[in-house]
Amino acid sequence: MRQEEQNGGCFQKIANIARLAAQHDDLQRCCTFIIMTSTLDDSEKEKARSVSVDLNNDASLLIDIPDALCERDKVKFTVHTKTTLSSFQKPDFSVPRQHEDFIWLHDALVETEDYAGLIIPPAPPKPDFESPREKMHKLGEGEATMTKEEYTKMKQELEAEYLAVFKKTVQVHEVFLQRLSSHPILSKDRNFQIFLEYDQDLSVRRKNAKETFGSFFKNMVKSADEVIISGIKEVDDFFEQEKTFLLDYSSKIKDSTARAEKMTRSHKNVADDYIHISATLNSLSVDDNTALKKHLEKFADLFEKLRKVEGRVASDEELKLTELFRYYMLDIQAAKDLLYRRARALADYENSNKALDKARLKSKDITQAEEHQQQCLQKFDKLSESGKRELTSFKGRRVVAFRKNLIEMSELEIKHAKNNMALLQGCIELLKSN
Amino acid sequence: MATSSERSPPPFPEDLEPEPDEVGDQDSDDGEDIFLGTDNPLEIKMDPSLSASDITSSTKPLSEASSPPVMDLLSEPASEASSAPMVDLLMEPASEGSSAPMVDLLMEPASEASSAPMMNLLMEPASEASSAPMMNLLMEPASDDLKEPPKPDIDPLADIINDTPLSEGKTPVAAMPQEPPSDLFDDEPSELFAEPRQSNTAKQQQTSIFDEPDEDLFSEPLGEASKKPQNDFFKEALAPVAKASNVCGPLSDNYNEQPTDIFTEEAITTLPSAVSTVSVNSKTNGVHSDEEEPDIFAEATVELSLDSPRNDRKKKEAAKPSASASAPAPSVSASASKPQPKTLEEVQYITLEEEVEDKFELNISITNPEKVGDGMNAYMAYKVSTQTTLPMFRSKTFTVRRRFSDFLGLYEKLSDKHTLNGYIVPPPPEKSIMGMTKVKVGKEDNSSAEFVERRRAALERYLQRVVFHPSLLQDPDVREFLERDDMPRAHNTQALSGAGFLKMINRATDSLSKMTIKMNESDVWFEEKLQEVEAEDQQLRKLHIMVDSLVGHRKELSVNTGGFAKSVAMLGSSEDNTALSRALSQLAEVEDKMEQLHQEQAASDSFCFAELLADYIRLLGSVRASFDQRMKTWQRWQDAQNMLQKKRETEAKLLWANKPDKLQQAKDDITEWEAKVTQYERDFDRVSATVRKEVLRFEKEKARDFKKQIIKYLESLLQSQQQLIKYWEAFLPEAKAIA
Repeated sequence: MRQEEQNGGCFQKIANIARLAAQHDDLQRCCTFIIMTSTLDDSEKEKARSVSVDLNNDASLLIDIPDALCERDKVKFTVHTKTTLSSFQKPDFSVPRQHEDFIWLHDALVETEDYAGLIIPPAPPKPDFESPREKMHKLGEGEATMTKEEYTKMKQELEAEYLAVFKKTVQVHEVFLQRLSSHPILSKDRNFQIFLEYDQDLSVRRKNAKETFGSFFKNMVKSADEVIISGIKEVDDFFEQEKTFLLDYSSKIKDSTARAEKMTRSHKNVADDYIHISATLNSLSVDDNTALKKHLEKFADLFEKLRKVEGRVASDEELKLTELFRYYMLDIQAAKDLLYRRARALADYENSNKALDKARLKSKDITQAEEHQQQCLQKFDKLSESGKRELTSFKGRRVVAFRKNLIEMSELEIKHAKNNMALLQGCIELLKSN
Repeated sequence: MATSSERSPPPFPEDLEPEPDEVGDQDSDDGEDIFLGTDNPLEIKMDPSLSASDITSSTKPLSEASSPPVMDLLSEPASEASSAPMVDLLMEPASEGSSAPMVDLLMEPASEASSAPMMNLLMEPASEASSAPMMNLLMEPASDDLKEPPKPDIDPLADIINDTPLSEGKTPVAAMPQEPPSDLFDDEPSELFAEPRQSNTAKQQQTSIFDEPDEDLFSEPLGEASKKPQNDFFKEALAPVAKASNVCGPLSDNYNEQPTDIFTEEAITTLPSAVSTVSVNSKTNGVHSDEEEPDIFAEATVELSLDSPRNDRKKKEAAKPSASASAPAPSVSASASKPQPKTLEEVQYITLEEEVEDKFELNISITNPEKVGDGMNAYMAYKVSTQTTLPMFRSKTFTVRRRFSDFLGLYEKLSDKHTLNGYIVPPPPEKSIMGMTKVKVGKEDNSSAEFVERRRAALERYLQRVVFHPSLLQDPDVREFLERDDMPRAHNTQALSGAGFLKMINRATDSLSKMTIKMNESDVWFEEKLQEVEAEDQQLRKLHIMVDSLVGHRKELSVNTGGFAKSVAMLGSSEDNTALSRALSQLAEVEDKMEQLHQEQAASDSFCFAELLADYIRLLGSVRASFDQRMKTWQRWQDAQNMLQKKRETEAKLLWANKPDKLQQAKDDITEWEAKVTQYERDFDRVSATVRKEVLRFEKEKARDFKKQIIKYLESLLQSQQQLIKYWEAFLPEAKAIA
């Protein structure tokens, strides 16, 4: 328990340092592990941009999260806005926001009827520090079986991992806001503007049990509804195609995401093994007094270097591949939601048609029914129109993002492999010359 | 040549820093033994020659022409005492070592004088074992000559000249002090190495003198050498070296270790490249021709190593009345061909040498693992092929089929015989009931194929280690195992048989008695080594676990990559953007290959790295067994001593009690036990010596093995990285083509 607390404290410290680093925008000045991950930071920023690559970098509303602070489970983000829009009181301001505030904003957007025809950018996933924390705990337990050096290295590795998670969290939140700000309609949303501008704590209530259940129930109803309305004949080929495509694609990408995650995780394990091997080789070389000593030292040294590269390979794969897939998995879910809303509107329209027929038959409330039918039709048409636009832009966005990430990933893979090769060649030559 | 045979044996003259007069003594002892006579002055006369070099100003121009490397070497601080470089030479185990110190050594005596071109000349043969003696010998007369003129009355020189028939030969030599050296340096390079070097300040008339040795050089020794089988030659070649080292004998106690180092290491550096084992000459040729110098040079190196002393001597003698010219020659060949009176250590070196060579004389490979029989009685049979040139085998190549228990049986036999004497008997791979059952059940899956391959490789390494061991190779059981067609079925190797159970009990009692023995270690070396071995064992085990987990994780990575590849392929098929779809399916292919790559890497993690560790964990067990054996012999000796003590007490009691009838019996007992004590003590000493030798040998083998395997492993890693680059580079344009 104590250990855990210690670790928590340690993480907080790192986060604080990260925060400082971010604030001063001078990563070099901070501790080694910050430096270690500072490049990672860059690549993450790239990635962030790559995910939201189609954002029209409209200078009228620029949002970023320059700073975040991790307190226990909560992460406090500082949301910084720079704008030329007159709807804001000041051109430059910062507000503190928590993850829950983001969720509130997302829910508010989803529930706004007017945005039914839009793909609402997926809410950022909840910060998950459990896995590194758990690992840290495990490491604390296994401390006795390791040499000091080994332990320190493992700890550093975990701290770096923690930091990476932290930074990733910041990035996904930033991306969420940036996508909103770049959207022509969503950027004008009142709630969004409040979110950005209100300089007090939004003090969004966490969902209580009833509400949680309510949303769960709503989801159930929605899925049931989806099944029901799936029977309705689609009137537009475009949407018919999109629907089948998205359904198929979402299940596939879900699978790919899970597998990519597994792959990167086992890659990390391999890199971690290198640490242990290097440490053991080192202690072996200490005991050795023969000609082998030098070889073992070099070998250990090599493994230490290799593990750094291997670790980078793993984290780059995660950033470029897993995160890409994850993001688009969520985005596709958002697109599917849009399709659902449209299908719902279609169903409503058909129902209103039926109601109108009925009313005509009964010659009762005809005008009312007509009105309702007209409304439904309008809504449906509006949804279809904006939906078509949104889906098309989504498609373009996806392709561009995939392209960028895949190129970057292959370049990184090649770079790392070349690094590895140089290390290996150097070591082989050293050994051979000896 | 009685003198020479007396000279080389053990008493390492403690003349590390011998004074010139001592050398003189030795030389006169030597009579005409040129190897010793000329060798000795070498390191001893350095100081005198140093001063001499200044005096021989007429040869100075040569130094200006010396090539840059020489200058480098010249600039090297060589401030050690005159004996130091030689010690360097002896101790330097590394391949570069043998030449460098030597050159150092050469630099000193004549730092800016005529020896410079010579050094040039010596630079090329650098790092060749065989060149060492040559350098020795070439150099040595040079310094002699150099030294001669200024100090004609220096002892060694005088002695040398005294040895030769013409004692007044000094005068001719003295008469042309600069000539012989310059000739040596200028003519030799130009003729032997066909490398015209610096300004020929040498007088051409010397060529005639030089012609003679030159001829000798190519004709005589060549014939000699090629006639002889390799081993002989090796011994011969080695003999001068060994002797030389004997003579200059560093005082240090560890002398017997260090030379071993040199020789084995050197042998290692030279031999492996010479795969063809046809004849010595071609072999050395092979080695040398790798270097920049052409054949002539290569030959010269070999020949010079044997004969250059004679050559040099002859030159001197030629300068003297040539009547005596032929005299030294027989002496050389005599001393060279009579390496028998070697010290114990020398014999050891040579066995070590032979053993290194054995690698090329005896190649063992195990191939074609084959399942024989069905069900639970099925077993794997392996084809054991031997290729050898050793005369102890009936033919050059032969093949037998052996099953796993035969290998175990061989180990049992060897270990019964040799462990008692403190030998480290390489252990075979362990029985694996799990693995074998899988094979027996006949599942043709990956893991059982891997198991069989792993075992095959382990058996091969095991057998190679056995035949690599000079003493074990001589064992008739080994020969039988390799040669005999119908091997009697090995018994008592079943893990669950009655004998196995007995063995288990034996082992238990052994370890129990081991705990009870409290040995007060007389030799710190053993104590330290044992601790080292134990610590190493622990570390290796830990490392093995780590590597195993690496293998596991990499396999996992491979599986996960495979899963991802399939998933991406599916994703690609659902993608509606054609270019992206194409890219995704390409990515799937890349990941597919990646899966393969990880799989292969996991296999090489396991084969190159984990197996090496497993081997050495087992071998360390054997090392400990040999330590235990030493302890047991010690215990036996102690017990015998106690017994003797008791018997003596009984005798005293009987004497006191005045019982003459039993007295005789007691006396007999005492003599019997006295004999036993001496016997056991001798046993203990012998076992201790063997263990020490074996451990040193083991360490050397280990270092080499590890290095080899590490390099192999790294190369496998390198290769997979290369593949990886290739795959991603092929993918990159696909990614870029997404529009």
